[in-house]
Amino acid sequence: MSDSSQESFVSFQDVWLAYNEELLAQQQFAVEAINLEVKSGEFIALVGPSGCGKSTFMKLTTGLRRPSKGVIKVEGKEVTGPLKISGMAFQAPSLLPWRTTLDNVLLPLEIVEPYREHFKEKKAEYEHRACELLKRVGLGGYERKYPWQLSGGMQQRASICRALIHEPKMLLLDEPFGALDAFTREELWCILRDLWTEQRFNVILVTHDLRESVFLADTVYVMSKSPGRFIVRREIELPRPRDLELTYTPEFADIVHELRGHIGAIRSNTPLTT
Amino acid sequence: MNSKQLEQSSPWILLIVTILLWQLICSAFDVSEFIFPSPLRILSQLIEFKGVIAAHAWRTFWVTMAGFGIAIVVGVLLGFVIGSSRLAYAAAYPLMTAFNALPKAAFVPILVVWFGIGIGPAILTAFLISFFPITVNIATGLATLEPELEDVLRVLGAKRWDVLVKVGLPRSMPYFFASLKVAITLAFVGTTVSEMTAANEGIGYLLISAGSAMQMGLAFAGLVVVGAMAMVMYELFSFVENHTTAWAHRGSQNH
Repeated sequence: MSDSSQESFVSFQDVWLAYNEELLAQQQFAVEAINLEVKSGEFIALVGPSGCGKSTFMKLTTGLRRPSKGVIKVEGKEVTGPLKISGMAFQAPSLLPWRTTLDNVLLPLEIVEPYREHFKEKKAEYEHRACELLKRVGLGGYERKYPWQLSGGMQQRASICRALIHEPKMLLLDEPFGALDAFTREELWCILRDLWTEQRFNVILVTHDLRESVFLADTVYVMSKSPGRFIVRREIELPRPRDLELTYTPEFADIVHELRGHIGAIRSNTPLTT
Repeated sequence: MNSKQLEQSSPWILLIVTILLWQLICSAFDVSEFIFPSPLRILSQLIEFKGVIAAHAWRTFWVTMAGFGIAIVVGVLLGFVIGSSRLAYAAAYPLMTAFNALPKAAFVPILVVWFGIGIGPAILTAFLISFFPITVNIATGLATLEPELEDVLRVLGAKRWDVLVKVGLPRSMPYFFASLKVAITLAFVGTTVSEMTAANEGIGYLLISAGSAMQMGLAFAGLVVVGAMAMVMYELFSFVENHTTAWAHRGSQNH
């Protein structure tokens, strides 16, 4: 364990978080006793029932929230504030309606150094890069359209482009495909898979779609609800590159079934939730 | 005439119908011009006194614009401060509401003591009555920012200022333009009310002096002119709004 912690990209050591002082005094934690080691370039997925603290976990990882107890390290350094090396996408695309798709994708470059400093003089270069990225996700030709002129799936693609334009080392996805129809969702799985295969950034994917987690991730963590704890860590040893066909094989179904069993077990332990 | 044309011309149709009805009632019941002048009488007075009315109208117009200009500057700055900090919002909002509840006409005598008869009280009354909606709208636009949108930027290490400039301000622009439409009409009210007691020029003064001379036609002509000026300015801001923040109105106007 000590060896792996040396090379881990993200590490959580006994992390607890209560949302405010009162809850802390009552020992009411949103997430408890989180231990986690993520290798560089690893794709992890976090599954669990809604309200189990998955989004809280994301906020901890990005430094938007500090833990009440424990230490979070990214690249060996303790996280004390927002990390500039990460990109984020949510279930809602949350694009800015007054900006074109292209300008939305360029937004991070107007904020993150070193791009920010050279934004004006290198705008053409950045625009080219953004257009290439948009083309990669199938949005070529839509650069000048406004978000509200795009469909939900297209907006989510643009949102993922925005999360990746500054080449972050870590991509955080909070149920990014949750609001999409099944076919669009599978298409975007493949796009994400390909982007990750090329660039090998770290991905932390929060989802409640078990097939999604098994198809995409190297390691799946199952979280329990109140208390929000990791209860299962499952390495997915399915060979890569993975094809959508894989999701119809018995091996795939077995893993999904196994994970489903853990979720079911959580639910039966908490009779208050239906 | 299709339904869209009908919709566009509907305000004019309603106006004409109202005037005709008004004229009809005045003629049919032979209402005295000293009690309630007919549209024809108002029109003839408007033409007869066009020079005088124009001079007073111009005065009211630029005084209103001056007060409105100050209201935009103060309203935006104040709204920016209140909307960008939760503490400032909590602290200032009750006070602002209390202030807004005060009748602004009641300030006029105080303003006269401070600034004397003339443009001072009129500009300030126009300002006092019209900055509030601007402040509230800017503050609301900034304070109701979606947390996800803020997180997207904060994860990148954006400072509060970045979030305000890149997201908060553009997002509150539709609120801002909507408030200008309300504020400009209020500013005309402020100027006119102030001129009625504390000026020797302007439409407000004209209303009082025409009224005391029993020139009801002239008084109504003055009212028509204020209404028309406010309407034109309202339409102007409406036009600017539609051409700068169309993204916020796409649903209702099928852009």
